Amino acid sequence: MQTITINEAISQAVAEEMRRDPAVMMFGEGVATKRIELLNEFGGKRIRNTPLAEGIIAGAAAGAAAMGMRPVVDMLFVPFMTLAMDEIVNSAGKLRYISGGQFSFPLVAIAMTGTGWTVGAQHNHNLEAWFVHSPGLKVVMPTTAADVKGLLKSAIRDNNPVMFFLEMAFTYETGDVPDGEHIVPLGQARLCREGQDISLISYGKTVSACEAAADQLKEKGISAEVLDLRSLKPVDEEAIVASSRKTGRILVVHEANRMCGMGAEVAAIIMEKAFDALHAPVMRLTSPDVPAPSSYPLELAFTPQADSIVAAASGLLAYPGKR
Amino acid sequence: MNEILLDRTLLLSMLETMQLIRYHEEKVIAMQAAGQSAGTCTAVGQEASAVGVVSALDKDDLILTNHRSAGHLLARGADPARIYAEVLGKATGYCKGRSGSLHVSVKELGVVLTSTIVGAELSLAAGVGLAMSMRDRNNVVTCFFGDGASCEGSFHESINLAVTWKLPILYVCENNQWQAFVHRKETMPIKHISTWAASHGIEAITVDGNDVEAVYLAARKGIAHIKATGQPYFLETYTYRLRGHYEPDDQGYVDKAELASWQAKDPIERMYAKLGFTANDTDALRKRISMRIDDAWTQAAADPYPPLSDLTSDVYA
Repeated sequence: MQTITINEAISQAVAEEMRRDPAVMMFGEGVATKRIELLNEFGGKRIRNTPLAEGIIAGAAAGAAAMGMRPVVDMLFVPFMTLAMDEIVNSAGKLRYISGGQFSFPLVAIAMTGTGWTVGAQHNHNLEAWFVHSPGLKVVMPTTAADVKGLLKSAIRDNNPVMFFLEMAFTYETGDVPDGEHIVPLGQARLCREGQDISLISYGKTVSACEAAADQLKEKGISAEVLDLRSLKPVDEEAIVASSRKTGRILVVHEANRMCGMGAEVAAIIMEKAFDALHAPVMRLTSPDVPAPSSYPLELAFTPQADSIVAAASGLLAYPGKR
Repeated sequence: MNEILLDRTLLLSMLETMQLIRYHEEKVIAMQAAGQSAGTCTAVGQEASAVGVVSALDKDDLILTNHRSAGHLLARGADPARIYAEVLGKATGYCKGRSGSLHVSVKELGVVLTSTIVGAELSLAAGVGLAMSMRDRNNVVTCFFGDGASCEGSFHESINLAVTWKLPILYVCENNQWQAFVHRKETMPIKHISTWAASHGIEAITVDGNDVEAVYLAARKGIAHIKATGQPYFLETYTYRLRGHYEPDDQGYVDKAELASWQAKDPIERMYAKLGFTANDTDALRKRISMRIDDAWTQAAADPYPPLSDLTSDVYA
């Protein structure tokens, strides 16, 4: 076991995959500058800085991927991806289908988002649901160093475009990562904590808030299960349904805002596949429908915290039913 | 230019391909008018640009094109029946009927990643060129786009990256003077896109896009430049879109005198005259190609539609 930061986990995953497969390369704004260890090992052909132009970064990745390369691109902050939507959504996401399967797009687009660095709404916007809604793309959002490394390796090996979203506030957080080859498959949720009374289903930064909430609930004698989706597309329906059937009370928690967010999809999956097991309506706890604030106290108010999760969970547990 | 510079066999072959493209597109126009086909975007009048450039390429060179792709595809040797099958949404189309007329790719012919999003071909070409250069292949990537795409940010982003990274891309701007329903005079202060391109430090020239011989020679020069210097090259073929943005389109917004002046510069008529075709020779060639086109349409019309199971396949690899 090694203890490394999330940022180191990214470099480690990329380096290992580049050693394994000569088609893997990485580029983006500052990639060769900020990941000097990769530049030193692999050289300027495979590790490149780019102009500050998100459209051409993503377009170059899509074109190269279709011709057999496996590019990893750093788009920096998620809202910047709005300048690359055509390349990601219309090209990488659709041209396989449109062409009758003649091309595939094995690329990874890394970008960070979320509160914590007080950067405001044009650097912080949890847009993951946009990409989940776009056919042809896969979407992950891991939060531990081990998951970041393991999922990034899977994403690089995947033959489809994978949007790899990260919590910017966790960039330099450390975590334990198994030594040697460590792979986490796409599409598998992580059961963080087993429980019997209520399921807290989340992804991203709010997973750790759910775990803190579970600690508080335990003191009240309530056993909460915490599920980290990690992959949003494909999403682990089996794990969602299994947890829902087990507890019958589900709170979905995420930092992205509510309407048409991932929580709505999770709630619908539960209604379709575990309705008969429910003791209460599936509830969502999310940020409000506002641009992300910059001021730190407002950031804290924007993001679901352990206390608000405990309050929402308590409401669900009090819901009339056959508990 | 009346002097014949190229081998007559090559010129005859290019003339025949231009005539094939013209009749191919006119057939779709007629079938659309007859209610037997969806509307399409044509490049009638731009045949010399497609044929001149594509004839100059090696078989391992790659091509990116756009929604006005029939000329590029046919010049590359695509089967008209399979393009028609795509227009009609048939299973025998090059993209299994998934493309329709707007984004036909034919990987086996090196026509890759056709996108109908104006400007997307430019950003994708950078990636295709990157893959080519990563593999040290001595081939070129040709990217066809128009004056409309040149107004997109991707035009500048792509050329800047290609020059900076020394990507082997032959940019071919078919300046047909129309950006959907708007004349380029309304949207840009300059006449020639090569002016914009040159400011990025790329070797850029403009050629008479209705002279297939001139286009061919310019493309050869550009390809030689790319191979000698490792730098991209920019070729603007100055031409004119003789039909509307799509079919049907009454072209009510088109200046009639301007249209007539370009009809008088028809690239196909020019080649018949240049090569000294008699009326009988011309009729014979036209009749032969016309029959081939009619047969192709008949075949595509009789081909099967895709199975409904195709609705959900080929989304993920």
